[in-house]
Amino acid sequence: MTTTTDPHQGQFRLSMLLYDSRYRSMTIQIVALIGFLLLLGWIFSNTAQNLTDLGKEPSFRFMGEPAGYDINQRLLEYSNQDTHLRAALIGLLNTLLVAALGCITATVLGVIIGVLRLSPNWIVSRLSAVYVEAFRNVPVLLWIVFIMAILIETLPSPSAFRKGEASMSLWDSVAVTNRGVYIPEPLFTNSLGNLHLLGGSSLRFDVSLDLIAILAVLIAGILTSGLIKRRADRIQEATGTRPATWYWRLGVVVIPTSIVLVLLGLHWGYPELKGFNFQGGTHLRNSLIALWLALSIYTAAFIAEIVRAGILAISKGQSEAAGALGLRSNRTMSLVILPQALRVIIPPLISNYLNLTKNSSLAIAVGYMDITGTLGGITMNQTGRELETVLLLMLVYLAISLTISGVMNWYNESVKLRER
Amino acid sequence: MKKTVFLGALTVAGLAAGASAAATLDDVKARGKLNCGVTTGLVGFAAPDANGNWEGFDVGVCRAVAAAVLGDANAVEFVPTTGKTRFTALASGEVDLLARNTTWTLSRDVDLKFTFVGVNYYDGQGFMVNKDMGVSSAKELDGATVCIQTGTTTELNLADFFRANNISYEPVPIETNAEGQQQYLAGACDTYTTDASGLAATRATFEDPSAHVVLPEIISKEPLGPLVRHGDNEWGDIVRWTLNALISAEELGITSANIGELSAAPGDNPEINRILGTEGNLGEMLGLDAEWAKRAIMAGGNYGEVFAKNIGEETPIALARGLNAQWQDGGLIYSPPFR
Amino acid sequence: MSDMSYVRSEMLPERTPPASSVGFVGWARANLFNGIVNSILTIVSLVLIFLVLAALLPWLFSPTWNSGSLNECRDILNGHEGACWGVINERWEQLLYGFYPNGSEAGSIDQRWRPNLAFLLLFVAVIPVLFNMISRRMNWVLLLVALAYGAYAIGGTLGMIAVVVLLAAAVFVGYKAFSSDKATRAAEIEAGAKRLPNPLIFTAIFPFLVPFLLWGGSIWVFVGAALGFVLAGLAYRYLSTVVGSLAGMIISVLVAIVWWLFMIGPFASAMDAILPIALEQIESRKFGGFMLSITIGVVAIGISLPIGIVLALGRQSDLLIVKALSVGFIEFIRGVPLITLLFVASTLLNIFLPPGTNFDIILRVLIMVTLFAAAYMAEVVRGGLAALPKGQYEAADALGLDYWKAQRLIIMPQALKISIPGIVSTFIGVFKDTVLVSIIGLLDPLGLSNAIRADQAWNGVVWELYGFIAFMFFVFCFSMSRYSMYLERRLRTGHK
Repeated sequence: MTTTTDPHQGQFRLSMLLYDSRYRSMTIQIVALIGFLLLLGWIFSNTAQNLTDLGKEPSFRFMGEPAGYDINQRLLEYSNQDTHLRAALIGLLNTLLVAALGCITATVLGVIIGVLRLSPNWIVSRLSAVYVEAFRNVPVLLWIVFIMAILIETLPSPSAFRKGEASMSLWDSVAVTNRGVYIPEPLFTNSLGNLHLLGGSSLRFDVSLDLIAILAVLIAGILTSGLIKRRADRIQEATGTRPATWYWRLGVVVIPTSIVLVLLGLHWGYPELKGFNFQGGTHLRNSLIALWLALSIYTAAFIAEIVRAGILAISKGQSEAAGALGLRSNRTMSLVILPQALRVIIPPLISNYLNLTKNSSLAIAVGYMDITGTLGGITMNQTGRELETVLLLMLVYLAISLTISGVMNWYNESVKLRER
Repeated sequence: MKKTVFLGALTVAGLAAGASAAATLDDVKARGKLNCGVTTGLVGFAAPDANGNWEGFDVGVCRAVAAAVLGDANAVEFVPTTGKTRFTALASGEVDLLARNTTWTLSRDVDLKFTFVGVNYYDGQGFMVNKDMGVSSAKELDGATVCIQTGTTTELNLADFFRANNISYEPVPIETNAEGQQQYLAGACDTYTTDASGLAATRATFEDPSAHVVLPEIISKEPLGPLVRHGDNEWGDIVRWTLNALISAEELGITSANIGELSAAPGDNPEINRILGTEGNLGEMLGLDAEWAKRAIMAGGNYGEVFAKNIGEETPIALARGLNAQWQDGGLIYSPPFR
Repeated sequence: MSDMSYVRSEMLPERTPPASSVGFVGWARANLFNGIVNSILTIVSLVLIFLVLAALLPWLFSPTWNSGSLNECRDILNGHEGACWGVINERWEQLLYGFYPNGSEAGSIDQRWRPNLAFLLLFVAVIPVLFNMISRRMNWVLLLVALAYGAYAIGGTLGMIAVVVLLAAAVFVGYKAFSSDKATRAAEIEAGAKRLPNPLIFTAIFPFLVPFLLWGGSIWVFVGAALGFVLAGLAYRYLSTVVGSLAGMIISVLVAIVWWLFMIGPFASAMDAILPIALEQIESRKFGGFMLSITIGVVAIGISLPIGIVLALGRQSDLLIVKALSVGFIEFIRGVPLITLLFVASTLLNIFLPPGTNFDIILRVLIMVTLFAAAYMAEVVRGGLAALPKGQYEAADALGLDYWKAQRLIIMPQALKISIPGIVSTFIGVFKDTVLVSIIGLLDPLGLSNAIRADQAWNGVVWELYGFIAFMFFVFCFSMSRYSMYLERRLRTGHK
């Protein structure tokens, strides 16, 4: 046997495809590709055969037919005469809503628990440890069902309000019931109206011009405030003293925004008990709250461990060095420890955000109408189009996951330690 | 390498599973077991007991078919299915027969390509409310929060009903009956809507059933029945006539108590004789033996007995026969003649 | 004058510390009340603990263990708040074993010793892989005891004799293990004493034994499946010297596939004719409860490990197409929720397979969960590969090992060892995720809880069932995560 360490000179032989390291990798790749294509072809031909046998023809035409069912929580206007596509869109927005809310609260809660776990207070650190272990060792589906049951069983029903057994909290502005929480909603007397986009299609949506106006002023204010800060920085670098600018910076944000709000005629719509339910205000449904809470506290248990590990990963020398430089302890935290810990924390944090988003598909267990509940639930059931709906569902989740991980990786890249 | 756990399992599966092509009867006979799709659990209709034996009204149909075909009422594999998985399970041949309180509709028959072999329970969608609410008609439910089980025809009926009456509602979709019950009892929804039988069954298990009423409106027709795949008419016939045998048995007074006596020798009533196989060759026509219907009836009694044992007035569920009485008694239960 | 000094010349006797800084009080002051914030936190925590316990304990201790229905519970409790434990008393076996034959049906016998034995053997098989926690001889003692349990469950005179023999052997080996310490044993081995066979042999047999135990049927099918690997190994050993390693590998894989596809059937029936050894066949749809969760978890992890290794190697590889395929697969699976894969299992998998194939739903779920676990496993193994110092690869190259030899002898043993904690936590994740199968109608513990509530006697029971299920999951997952932490610590010291 000879091993081919140096390339043979001479004509090409077929066996070289296997034994010559120049060609071998090519051979393996082509074999793998062919194998993969064969597998795909096999699956496709089976699917085609089976569908013909069942008398079904893959088509997405059903997405354009009226859905026929109602969705309780809709961020866009929707009625049961709208199409399945629109129902799926409403579901998608609900998924994104609960995922976003969940990520925020899970991070806040996780950081708090993670820091408390490092607390010198024995009881507090033990309690945090119990929290972490209890929540992450029980399936999240159970937690969702559990929290839903707790909300339903312990909070008062609207009839209790009617009978006077329960009353609204926070000066009669918030109603906490076992159907959800009703909070005041902002209303505008001089509303600018809505911008209707995409006309009559299933993807139509309205944009509130009020919201755009407020956001525009707010962002302009924040940008101006940034300019003022930069100027203060320049002055500090040049002269060594920092001019007091906080009232300027606050002013440019708060005053114009308030003016716009007053001009629009902002007032609050309070929930009121009318008929069977509370009317008015914004209704945060039980299913949303249960799912949101459950996802948050479950994911927070993982985030707490990540935060703890991140903080522990920063060597003690760093904080001692900061102390030696004369930094106060909060400055040490914000300028030295956190920026370094974040680098350790962020990659696993991203994957937990992804997990949370994917776990939001368990919404089905509490009847929260996310995309799994609409497209993958009722639509699939009513139309019997399993192949199309499941494929669409997977594509949607894949798109969400890839977007999140893309954005987060980009951020990760930007805070990465630059080694010189 | 644990790859073989899988291979081994596959081999077992290969031994256990049959092809889904035509000739379901031959498959069932070769297997020695009837695969019957039921719910994952619905009071009175199908639920496993502590030993894992399934019981209930729908289960009774499965057992009767198994007794008729295989001669053993226990030769049934119960395959629990959800609203989502039931049709796929039947279409793919995982179950031979679906007895899972499924509503007979045109689209299920024609588009999903299933044959409904008959109706074993005439149901309709109703509403249950707490007496305190003072509601006496479903049309007074404007603005109410409605708990509704997803994945069934009920949510379409509900949307139609409220749209037709031009009133609004807030749907609270729920996954299982147990959750609906919990939400309703806690007051998280004003009314709970599902099939009237389900409402009655649910209400029966409340601590204080008298505090709740089922509203008079029945907003839909829900003929529930067993179904099989299109394309195997012989098998469909067997299931259809097994169900009819149970129904006819009640009509003709054949019960599990007197069946031994009646089948011992041909009696006066030719139809009884034909059902029990002491006269004629109806069993042979179906591809079964002469005593098929006798065994089916002996499995759990006639239609009335199965009804009484699982959901009848003696049980906690206490459903009246109502529409499901025999046609002579003013109900809709009617079997074509055995001839 | 001279004995006058301003500096103390001898030590004062030590005084006892003040009462406030020793004992419980001192500990509490140092740990719980050292500052305003801390004191507030402590008090808040104590109030929290009190509230939770005050709500939970009276409910937990409720004298309803023997009640036969929810209404009986209500009578017993007579208006007080309390749990209805009767449902757990009546149904705990079902929650553990699902519908596995328990001998209640006429003509059937209690088969639940099979999952029990499989569970015991799982530990015996896994211990030598995970870590050398116990000595080789103790491992054999465990195996003998587990087998004795199996023999006892089979029963009969022969079974009882086997029990006695196995237990006697266990006692003998155990006695020898305890009577000589490590050093003397090492000396004995040095002197040429015979060692017991490596327990890894059993670990290799285990994957074939357990399906036989759980699903039953003829043992020869499983022996045949194992023989496929043996044949492939032999073919590789002899062919690789003749036609080279790559061709040898391809041929040996083909040999195994041909054996599995065409030869197992005749082999099994031939052997059955000679020596029929079989257990009653049990279909997988009889699996339920925690047994189903554990089966799905263990099988998925077991099979996904080799797939995951291949995928991880693919992802690390320089071959563009292989890499793209691996990355595509991993990212696709990791990008979609498990529930959608379960939808595929429940509604689509049969459509993807040739017409007429019909696995039952549990096998389809096993397939999809395995694919799911494989993607995560690939990332764990990739982490292990990345953590390996580059020197190891270079050293393997320097020794002139080819790719597969280097992987098999140098890289993988180390990378897998580093990945063990990750594998365990993947397992915990998959095990927890198995509750999702209840959504597609399988009767895992959560699905069973719904089915149990469909029983007229227990309609309306919520907390007891959820509580019991949550508690069981907690016990399993918590002990595994503790174990994985312990492993992590052991492994870390091993690397210093």
